[in-house]
Amino acid sequence: MADKIATRQAYGEALIELVEKNDKVVVLDADLANATQTCKVAKAHPEKFYNCGIAEANMVDIAAGMSTMGLIPYCSSFAMFAAGRAYEQIRNSIAYPHFNVKICATHAGVSVGEDGGSHQCIEDIALMRVIPGMTVICPADANEAKAATMAIAEMNGPVYMRLARLATPVFEGDMVKPFEIGKANVLREGKDVAIFATGLMVNESLMAAEALASDGIDAAVINIHTIKPIDAACVTEWAEKCGKVITVEEHSVIGGLGDAVADVLMGKVNCKFHKIGVNDRFGQSGKAADVLREYGLTADQIAETVKVNI
Amino acid sequence: MTTQELSPICRQVRRDIITMTANAGSGHPGGSLSAVELMTSVFFNHMRVDPQNPHDPNRDRFVLSKGHAAPCYYAVLAAKGFISRDEYANFRQLHSILQGHPDAKKVPGVDASTGSLGQGVSIAVGMALGAKHLGKDTKVFALVGDGESQEGQIWEAYMAAAHYKLDNLTVIIDNNGLQIDGTNDQVMSLGDLPAKLRAFGFDLVELPDGNDLDAVEAALSKPTMPGKPKAILAHTVKGKGVSFMENQVGWHGKAPNAEQREQALKELED
Repeated sequence: MADKIATRQAYGEALIELVEKNDKVVVLDADLANATQTCKVAKAHPEKFYNCGIAEANMVDIAAGMSTMGLIPYCSSFAMFAAGRAYEQIRNSIAYPHFNVKICATHAGVSVGEDGGSHQCIEDIALMRVIPGMTVICPADANEAKAATMAIAEMNGPVYMRLARLATPVFEGDMVKPFEIGKANVLREGKDVAIFATGLMVNESLMAAEALASDGIDAAVINIHTIKPIDAACVTEWAEKCGKVITVEEHSVIGGLGDAVADVLMGKVNCKFHKIGVNDRFGQSGKAADVLREYGLTADQIAETVKVNI
Repeated sequence: MTTQELSPICRQVRRDIITMTANAGSGHPGGSLSAVELMTSVFFNHMRVDPQNPHDPNRDRFVLSKGHAAPCYYAVLAAKGFISRDEYANFRQLHSILQGHPDAKKVPGVDASTGSLGQGVSIAVGMALGAKHLGKDTKVFALVGDGESQEGQIWEAYMAAAHYKLDNLTVIIDNNGLQIDGTNDQVMSLGDLPAKLRAFGFDLVELPDGNDLDAVEAALSKPTMPGKPKAILAHTVKGKGVSFMENQVGWHGKAPNAEQREQALKELED
């Protein structure tokens, strides 16, 4: 059984390495450092860490200002308060002037669990994706989160990275792929249906594909870790190959990965299409596994939904 | 520069504000005119900037948090030589570098894109904090509106400025007393601003006449207190220098017509 590590934890660990390697990187948080795991930098390299208190809008704009001094600020809070509370600051003060700030938001999606709907951001991909020039990344496992944390420092411009609270399996063997921003990874080839997934739903989709295989359905699983800019060539290729497309995300079905994939295919590829995600409702409290099941986001439920829709 | 030398520059800046807004048929003359002495003094006498090298990493920084005073900003930048006055004809027009509110991507000398109120001080705090982080002696100035001070984020930024002991930051409040919907007191009282600014940890300089160049120079020249951010609470006159615009709420976001432009320019002759 694979180790289970949360993408937020991998982010925190990668940050230590990153600040040691790149002296332009500074890390900001808004009193959630233990949860977002930026506490790892605060402890190892306190001179690289700035707590901004419970004031996310201010934090995001401080990051904007620091970036104009040539620094590369990594800014963390929960997805709800980064993409949500500080939306307009990200839009106007970072993205509009195309500043080099990395918004790394944890506790995205319903897998937050017990904290409930107020803290389960299911709109952040949509909010960030509509901003011109914004790069949107959602790593599928700890290794990818680490690779992405390092990679976004090397590109100039604003990035939103979506991370999870829940510890999930770390990919092993053939599932481990190189990470390149904007380049989707085909984790499983198949001919009957192309499943495009992001974040924690990649692993669930891989398990769903196993279940489908035993029912004689040959599903491809593609990890769309970069939702913007999306790998349109890969999406098109696999949609054409399979003729049937399913998208899976721990996010609203409105405005997220599903719509990003649909935008690529619409009017170009003739295929069946179905989006799996949170169906226009808020999250709620519960154990993460129970909440994911309530919203139809577990492997067996995904497999069932695929069968019904192809 | 002496205040005698700055005085004609301020008059030119005022004429340019009228010209720009009249050309565009829109814009914000009132709050631009109140800030003329403050911005001109800062740029000409208190900032280390080089118009020939606007991205010099060792330059001082200015953030116009009240971004709607863009005409004043552009006129001061033109007076300093960052941009050409030829650009004025394109203010608020398609494909212009002179957007309705300052765009850092487009205008040399503009370091932050502002206009959405309440965000500029936080950006300036980030610049000042970044300078400290890098061990640079950069000075950072932010010009803030009084109406804008109703935004909660302004006070978040003030808290952070004191917390991080940003004695390289000067916040200037253009306290002209008016905002779009009326006086500050009618719309949302700011209360005892000096007491609030002190309580938030500022070394406060009260400036009874922010349109008096000598007084502005004195306030800006007052040495900063180690470990404390500095605030200058400048009482100004909205629409200053144009008789029919002074202290008139209606001139917040309205451009002069041809006749008003003529009259204003006449009043602003050297």
